[in-house]
Amino acid sequence: MMHAETAPPGAAAPVFYQTDEEGHHSEGSTMLGFWLYLMSDCLIFATLFATYGVLGRSYAAGPTPKELFDLPGIAVNTAMLLFSSITYGFAMLEMDRNRVKQTQIWLAVTGLFGVAFVALEIREFVHLFHEGAPPWRSAFLSSFYTLVGTHGLHVSMGILWLVVLMVQVSKRGLIVENKRRLMCLSMFWHFLDLIWIGVFTVVYLMGVLE
Amino acid sequence: MFANLDLQQLLFGRFTIEQIPYHEPILQATFAGVAVVGLTVLGVITYYRFWGPMWRDWITSIDHKKIGIMYCIFAGVMLLRGFADAILMRSQQAVAFGQEQGFLPPHHYDQIFTAHGMIMIFFVAMPFVTGLMNFAVPLQIGARDVAFPFLNNFSFWMTVAGGMLVMVSLFVGEFSRATWLAYPPLSGAAMSPGVGVDYYIWALQIAGIGTLLSGINLIATIVKMRAPGMTMMKLPIFVWSSLCTNILIVAAFPILTAVLAMLSLDRYVGTHFFTNDLGGNAMLYFNLIWIWGHPEVYILILPAFGVFSEITSTFCGKRLFGYTSMVYALVVITILAYLVWLHHFFTMGSGADVNSFFGITTMIISIPTGAKIFNWMFTMYRGRIRFEVPMLWVVAFIVTFVIGGMTGVLLAVPPADFVLHNSLFLIAHFHNVIIGGVLFGMFAGVTFWFPKAFGFKLDEFWGKMALVFWVTGFYVAFMPLYVLGLMGVTRRMQHFDDPSLQIWFVIAAIGAALIACGIASQIIMFVVSIRNRDKLRDLSGDPWGGRTLEWSTSSPPPDYNFAFTPVVHDSDAWWDMKNRGFDRPLKGYRPIHMPKNTAAGAILAALNFTFGIAMVWYVWWLAALSFVAIFVVAIAHTFNYNRDYYIPADVVSRTEGQRTRELEMA
Amino acid sequence: MTSKTHRPDRTDTATRRGGRGRRLLPLLTLPLLTLLGGCNFVVLHPAGYVAEQQRNLVLAATGLMLLIIVPVIAFTLIFAWRYRATNEDAVYDPEWHHSTQLEVLIWTAPLMIIIALGALTWIGTHTLDPFRPLSKIDPKRDVPAGTVPLEVEAIAMDWKWLFLYPQYGIATVNELAAPVDRPIRFKITATDVMNTFYVPTLAGMVYAMPGMQTQLHAVVNRAGAYEGRSAHYSGAGFSNMVFKFHGLTNESFDQWIAKAKAQGGELTQEAYLKLEEPSEAEPARLYKSYMKGLYDRIIGMCPRPDQMCVGEMVKIDAQGGASGAEAAENYKRLQYDNRLAERGVEGPGATAPASETAPHGQTQPQGMQPRPDMGNPDVREQKAPDSQGKGSGEGQSEGGQIAPKQLNQ
Repeated sequence: MMHAETAPPGAAAPVFYQTDEEGHHSEGSTMLGFWLYLMSDCLIFATLFATYGVLGRSYAAGPTPKELFDLPGIAVNTAMLLFSSITYGFAMLEMDRNRVKQTQIWLAVTGLFGVAFVALEIREFVHLFHEGAPPWRSAFLSSFYTLVGTHGLHVSMGILWLVVLMVQVSKRGLIVENKRRLMCLSMFWHFLDLIWIGVFTVVYLMGVLE
Repeated sequence: MFANLDLQQLLFGRFTIEQIPYHEPILQATFAGVAVVGLTVLGVITYYRFWGPMWRDWITSIDHKKIGIMYCIFAGVMLLRGFADAILMRSQQAVAFGQEQGFLPPHHYDQIFTAHGMIMIFFVAMPFVTGLMNFAVPLQIGARDVAFPFLNNFSFWMTVAGGMLVMVSLFVGEFSRATWLAYPPLSGAAMSPGVGVDYYIWALQIAGIGTLLSGINLIATIVKMRAPGMTMMKLPIFVWSSLCTNILIVAAFPILTAVLAMLSLDRYVGTHFFTNDLGGNAMLYFNLIWIWGHPEVYILILPAFGVFSEITSTFCGKRLFGYTSMVYALVVITILAYLVWLHHFFTMGSGADVNSFFGITTMIISIPTGAKIFNWMFTMYRGRIRFEVPMLWVVAFIVTFVIGGMTGVLLAVPPADFVLHNSLFLIAHFHNVIIGGVLFGMFAGVTFWFPKAFGFKLDEFWGKMALVFWVTGFYVAFMPLYVLGLMGVTRRMQHFDDPSLQIWFVIAAIGAALIACGIASQIIMFVVSIRNRDKLRDLSGDPWGGRTLEWSTSSPPPDYNFAFTPVVHDSDAWWDMKNRGFDRPLKGYRPIHMPKNTAAGAILAALNFTFGIAMVWYVWWLAALSFVAIFVVAIAHTFNYNRDYYIPADVVSRTEGQRTRELEMA
Repeated sequence: MTSKTHRPDRTDTATRRGGRGRRLLPLLTLPLLTLLGGCNFVVLHPAGYVAEQQRNLVLAATGLMLLIIVPVIAFTLIFAWRYRATNEDAVYDPEWHHSTQLEVLIWTAPLMIIIALGALTWIGTHTLDPFRPLSKIDPKRDVPAGTVPLEVEAIAMDWKWLFLYPQYGIATVNELAAPVDRPIRFKITATDVMNTFYVPTLAGMVYAMPGMQTQLHAVVNRAGAYEGRSAHYSGAGFSNMVFKFHGLTNESFDQWIAKAKAQGGELTQEAYLKLEEPSEAEPARLYKSYMKGLYDRIIGMCPRPDQMCVGEMVKIDAQGGASGAEAAENYKRLQYDNRLAERGVEGPGATAPASETAPHGQTQPQGMQPRPDMGNPDVREQKAPDSQGKGSGEGQSEGGQIAPKQLNQ
């Protein structure tokens, strides 16, 4: 050895190799990785919120939140999403009990709530277009549509993912991989709920009640 | 022109045959060159029947080592492109004085400097850094692969897809002329209606997905897959720097994604985020892009710091001085990286309080950075320094980087920035740190880990030639720019009126020529080393007297890296093993659980590339089709549950037996 | 060697060596010195007091940092040499990796420098804030009581500078003049894209941004003609976006004003609308007068009378916006970015080949084959951009416009 002469006297050599090992733990990695992804997604929303904060009062001599937003309608919308989070929770409880059918039912209910949410949002956007408030009308509307639309897009992706998972669960049952995927989607779904609470407060409540 | 214009538009969007700039001799020559080289490469691959092995062993590979190598090759190829741009700029500026307009008109010159900046940062420095991290991190932490091997392959091909979009813009349409950060309103739809900025946006968005996923992947790898005994304060310092870099990536790239998405909405939908009228605010773009942009600087430099740390302690045959303070310095830099972005636009008029806050936070970053430099210095102190090529890069780096650091702190003083901002002084400064820091670090790292990746060392003579040319070339090319900056000469000029400046640009062009010799030396170095590979062969797996775990396995390492996972007792784990005497287990091999190769990553990236092209050219049907296809392929991929396999114990046994014989020969 | 007879030899050698050295040294430094002597380090020898203070700060900061940079470089090289592997005499201590004293030193040494530099920065940034009116006109003289600063409104256009002198009622293009030792207050804005107002000899640079106003206070202490330019890339004509800055004595300045009044044209609304179209390398021009409220209209992004100014928009927004037909009307009146395209003038970044319009730039660069339409404004105007593409899908307008369709909804 090149540096043998300067090496400290070798004490009793400890174990340097693990000769009786298990496979690596991809479960923990997946949850951590997905959580990191959610944090990065959270930063996208943070950027959009910041943009809304900067541009949200630039109405360009056009329509304002007070005039455009219909709070009761949005409240229904919000309720849909909050209910969907609860039902997803029920699905996860059933998953823990390994009950495929019940899990599937609750997942379907969650998906329906999600669809209702997206449908209501689309209806709101169509309504805004008719009111003469498309995204290119003002910086306020640009940032509004982008923030709310990005959230809506996430929910739509979540629904697509939910459908795919339901197919996979029906094909393979609640195997480890599928449970892991359901856990990831669960994190994603609750995360979107949290973001929506931010949107509801910052955009709708503060916009109308100001 | 065309009988049925609507059909033409429907099928090809805004693409017409006139969009191919076949009038321009420079591009004709470039295209001919690219075509000849490309056909030669394809011919060679076909002749030697490499297609099959290339597809099986490389393109679909999820092996982190191969992906790391491919990242580095990609970075090297893009370096040639980015450097060609640099040569064009230097020669244009060396001749375009007074009546002489040079050979590049503004619309061409402006594309070149935009492409140069963007390519060098996103498609040279980033893939280099990612490549080294991919290759070395799992080996250094004693892991068999990264946490998400498929995502790793996908990330790489997304980066390549982004790079390809930039390359396509050379021959079809044009590239952005709105500078490498595409500041609006200039990059907005009203001011830049062409395809250039769209190429820029989609290239970055697609490559950005790759970068982000790779960042998540490496964090999860470092946090979850360390060998037993490797606590956080026993991590090799390169792994620490990679961890900090990837945290920066995950916390910075989403902002870039969001801000570019808003810019593309402005361009495609007509929103008013960054326009002048209807309430838009371009200053918001400046802030957001630099909240990403400044951490990006540290994303590039921190891994280089890690490489220098490993090399210094290896070639000094000595423990790294002040490991703990090195780690704290890294963490402090990571945090402070988010508190300095405004120093990129002191001249926007933010007011004295804001400017001095950001000026002072910027200066504070120089404290941990300074501490790191002292640490390398004291690692050399009482060492026994073997001046092989990687170590020579370290010395060149320290001397060059402190000069760049000094001018950087100078620019952080707002009133000094008022006279030097946007001048060639600024250009000289950031090339001083990016070439002297990042590139030197990457070259050192490639020389250092090359024998690990391929089993033979790089030719020393040509390595030293490359070093000499790069270092002298750097000084000759960029010191004149400092001087010019002090004369009040600003950047991005296609033409100058004052002929007395010309001599400095001529000197700078000579410097660029010297750097070209450096690059040529590097190419020769690779060719010579591959030809003399048997002479340069290293059978021990530990050619430099290494200190960390990657040197404990064979060169190149087997697919599974380690037959038995090492147990770590010291921050210099391999050094510790050698010192205390270890027994390499020679039997009791078990089947090893490994992920399978997959083509999904390459296919998804190809679809993303198609989507990008379609969006750039407004070919809506193709955009919709490729967008749907991306989802179909991704979802289909999730239906494949059969993603891993076991390497049988007897294969492991054979491989390790071979290693035993090599060790006896070494 | 101790014998006296050898001594003359040695001195001789020494002299000869020294002599050669003395001959060689200037020879080596000559090109460098002539280079450095022959050029104009305007940042280091400015003609204005503000730039002078900035120069002083640059020098002070550099000096402070050299205190640490020079030893670092020196010690790196010394250690590298001393502890080279071939030097068996050097101490080798492979396990030496920690020393509390050294750790304290390597963190506190840079810290001390940064504390000093930070203090300097805080003070310098506040005293040299471009928005802050001057209190001195040079190191020794305060601004005399009752001095009215010269007001200049600087407007960055594609690709020329328009300067308005509200106190004199004149306007200039690409020419700026100011009397020596009189404080100047610049108000800076832009028409289309960002630029930077930069006269290196006078004071630092400040961004010129459309729809916004920045300020710069400066004073020139030496008469002379200096370079000024935009330092922030703004499109194809950027390289030619230069102007002359004249530091004049009081009499010459009055004469210069008189000359503008006597010889200049009028910058009417029509003339302004023509001027705001992109053009390059405009010769210096004087106007004896300019339209009333021009600066406010530029900064309000309402050069045409039918456009709504930003100030009015902000007022409406503060009062709760507008709706219905009124909002639709406001929307039309607030369009600004596409005004050039509507007139059939291409935007600053629109060049061949993708926009199907010819590039800006009046000279045919060498080594390039002439493009059929290159540098020929007539062709540029005739070319109907019918192959412009589909825009974003919605709001397709009747065509014949250069701007992307989405701007014309």
